[in-house]
Amino acid sequence: MKKERNIYSKIALLLGFILALSVGCEREVSDDVEFAAFGNNPDVFIDGFSGGLEYLPFAGSKLDAFTVDSDESYQGDSSMRFDVPNEGDPSGSFAGAIFPDNGGRDLTGYDALTFWAKATKAATINEIGFGNDFGANKFLVTKQNLRISTTWTKYIIPIPDPFKLTVEKGLFWYSEGPEDGDGYTFWIDELQFENLGTVAQPQPAIFNGVDETSQTFIGITSTVIGLTQTFNLATGIDQTVTAAPSYFTFSSTDVDVARVNELGEIAVVGTGTAKITATLGGVSAKGSLTIESLGTFLAAPTPPARDAGDVISIFSDAYTNVPVDFYNGFFAPFQTTLGGADLNINGDNIIKYTELNFVASEFKNPTVDATPMTHLHVDIQVQEAIDSGDFIRIELGDFGPNSAFGGGDDSSGSVTIDGTALLNNQWVSLDIPLDDFSGLTSRSNLAQIFFISDATISTILVDNMYFYR
Amino acid sequence: MKKGKQLKLKVQLLSYKMVLLTIVLLIGYGCDTDDTQTVVTFTELTFQEEFDTDGTPSTATWNYDIGTGLDGWGNQELQYYTDRPENITVNNGVLIITANQEDFNGAGYTSARITTKDIFEQQYGRFEARIRAPFGPGLWPAFWMLGANSDEVVWPACGEIDIMEIRGQNPSILVGSVHGPGYSAGEAISKDYDLVNDRFDTGFHVFGIEWGPKYVNYYVDDVLYSQITPEDVTGEWIFDDQPFYIILNVAVGGTFPGPPNADTRFPQTMLVDYVRAYK
Repeated sequence: MKKERNIYSKIALLLGFILALSVGCEREVSDDVEFAAFGNNPDVFIDGFSGGLEYLPFAGSKLDAFTVDSDESYQGDSSMRFDVPNEGDPSGSFAGAIFPDNGGRDLTGYDALTFWAKATKAATINEIGFGNDFGANKFLVTKQNLRISTTWTKYIIPIPDPFKLTVEKGLFWYSEGPEDGDGYTFWIDELQFENLGTVAQPQPAIFNGVDETSQTFIGITSTVIGLTQTFNLATGIDQTVTAAPSYFTFSSTDVDVARVNELGEIAVVGTGTAKITATLGGVSAKGSLTIESLGTFLAAPTPPARDAGDVISIFSDAYTNVPVDFYNGFFAPFQTTLGGADLNINGDNIIKYTELNFVASEFKNPTVDATPMTHLHVDIQVQEAIDSGDFIRIELGDFGPNSAFGGGDDSSGSVTIDGTALLNNQWVSLDIPLDDFSGLTSRSNLAQIFFISDATISTILVDNMYFYR
Repeated sequence: MKKGKQLKLKVQLLSYKMVLLTIVLLIGYGCDTDDTQTVVTFTELTFQEEFDTDGTPSTATWNYDIGTGLDGWGNQELQYYTDRPENITVNNGVLIITANQEDFNGAGYTSARITTKDIFEQQYGRFEARIRAPFGPGLWPAFWMLGANSDEVVWPACGEIDIMEIRGQNPSILVGSVHGPGYSAGEAISKDYDLVNDRFDTGFHVFGIEWGPKYVNYYVDDVLYSQITPEDVTGEWIFDDQPFYIILNVAVGGTFPGPPNADTRFPQTMLVDYVRAYK
């Protein structure tokens, strides 16, 4: 029975204390004793700055937005006053500052930063929290969009994992801009760390609690995003804060494929699949990232600079694309092809098709007049062994004067690329004269580009699909 | 509300602790005799369910209430009660009642409710259970009692003693009540107890009553927080007439807590370590 042990240990403590008082002998502290090096003062601002506290406004903010107000307080004789500027205020476009104690404090005995606040009007503070020290911000915590009202109300910002805060410098920070262009004033009082005992039921999350999948290549790095910690408060509401990566312990199911460090930085180091997960304070975080590393990636050759009038781009990062309805129409019931324009490798957008039999990109809103153009360019990378008899047929479809599919005025033509002209895991750049698309009687209302393999080739990457002259 | 009486007296589970606390009380409260109450201590065990056998709680000890009752068991509750292990099971010495969010026979939630009706019924005595509550808006765990004639007369004529009720949105607030003719539902005679700096869903707590002629004393852990007597009720005192039986359940929604919302996490579990009665 835990309860009784507690009682007895308290009695023992009391008795020990009495004995100690009675005996009263003085001794040197043993060499084994290590004193905590950092104070654990919970006060940030009660009726004035707590010991060691500093005020450091953000660059670009209204530097004098913060003042100590002795006319307004929730308790005691003063409060923190924040004057959020109007839009266009020459003294600064927003109010924002950090309040560090650069001596560092041991906050492991508390479970939340709490304060009372009120404002001249109901408002939403963009960001407010602690852990910002103008340094590594290793244990940054941010409550986004905190709603405040015109009456003094207590707010609770939970600590994601107090055990991490053995030497925390960033005791408080905030950043707030005008509301609909208008400035206003809010006050904060009794700002302190507390051990409420009612901050419970943690539910950490990464990737905002979603199980995500990403196809990538060796050498590509990314970062775990959407890091939050949620607690249920005594009021019954869930309070969610954004938590810095260092609160989490990340892991990868296969470190030969992807590694993740304590800052949540993911490095892809091999080919295969690895799942990135995390825990916070021993609780598994919701959400994950499954990385499918396709191996080494080389981008397709960058297209040359061209005048806008010399190119009609359907898919490229080098030119401005015309409006495209889709890069995969998922034409039922015969199409098996999956995928589309959903790869982005360091800003390079790439189309990936799997289970290819045929697939169309469509650009009929409006249709494209490629009459002045002479060639179709496309880069294709086949991501599998190419067998004899494999092919990709490229077909162009013109919707005719009615600019709509059907109606008896459509025409189409195709060019077949033999497998021998393609390469496994390497880009092949094709420049096909538009006159080679026999059967295409007009290209003044082009609306479709098909890739057809009849399942001879199932996985391809496509980039830089455009007409030019 | 008799705030002055709160915290003044301690009910002890074991006698040696009582001596200790008596001393504490003497020191702490000295001659403040105005708040003294008589606490009857019942020590002869008459019912004991320790939930020591894994699996479904035995029908030799418990009845299962199944379905949605009439109008959500009289309270517009949203759950469908089942006897499936998904909703009720014993594991590692603990009864687990699980409220799930799922479509089931027209209801949006499932849970469980068990009673000792016609199996164990007793007038007067001490009734206590060690419980960890579920949490979240709309959750409504309860450890309570109804008069044995609950099927023969229309509620609240049978009487109801709520030893523990918690609104999931108030995880630190325990509610202890009696219901009877003229003082039922929203008009019940009730008292809240705030577990300051702690919550009922993060650890086990002992919830109990000591019930005797013309009184029901409510305690949680070692704190007696309420006494309800005929003077307190705004109608006929009906708790000296018949034996009562025990009920354990987790409701979802209903008039007491209101509906669950987007913050409510499912599944939710109520853990019961034991239920004991003494006379």
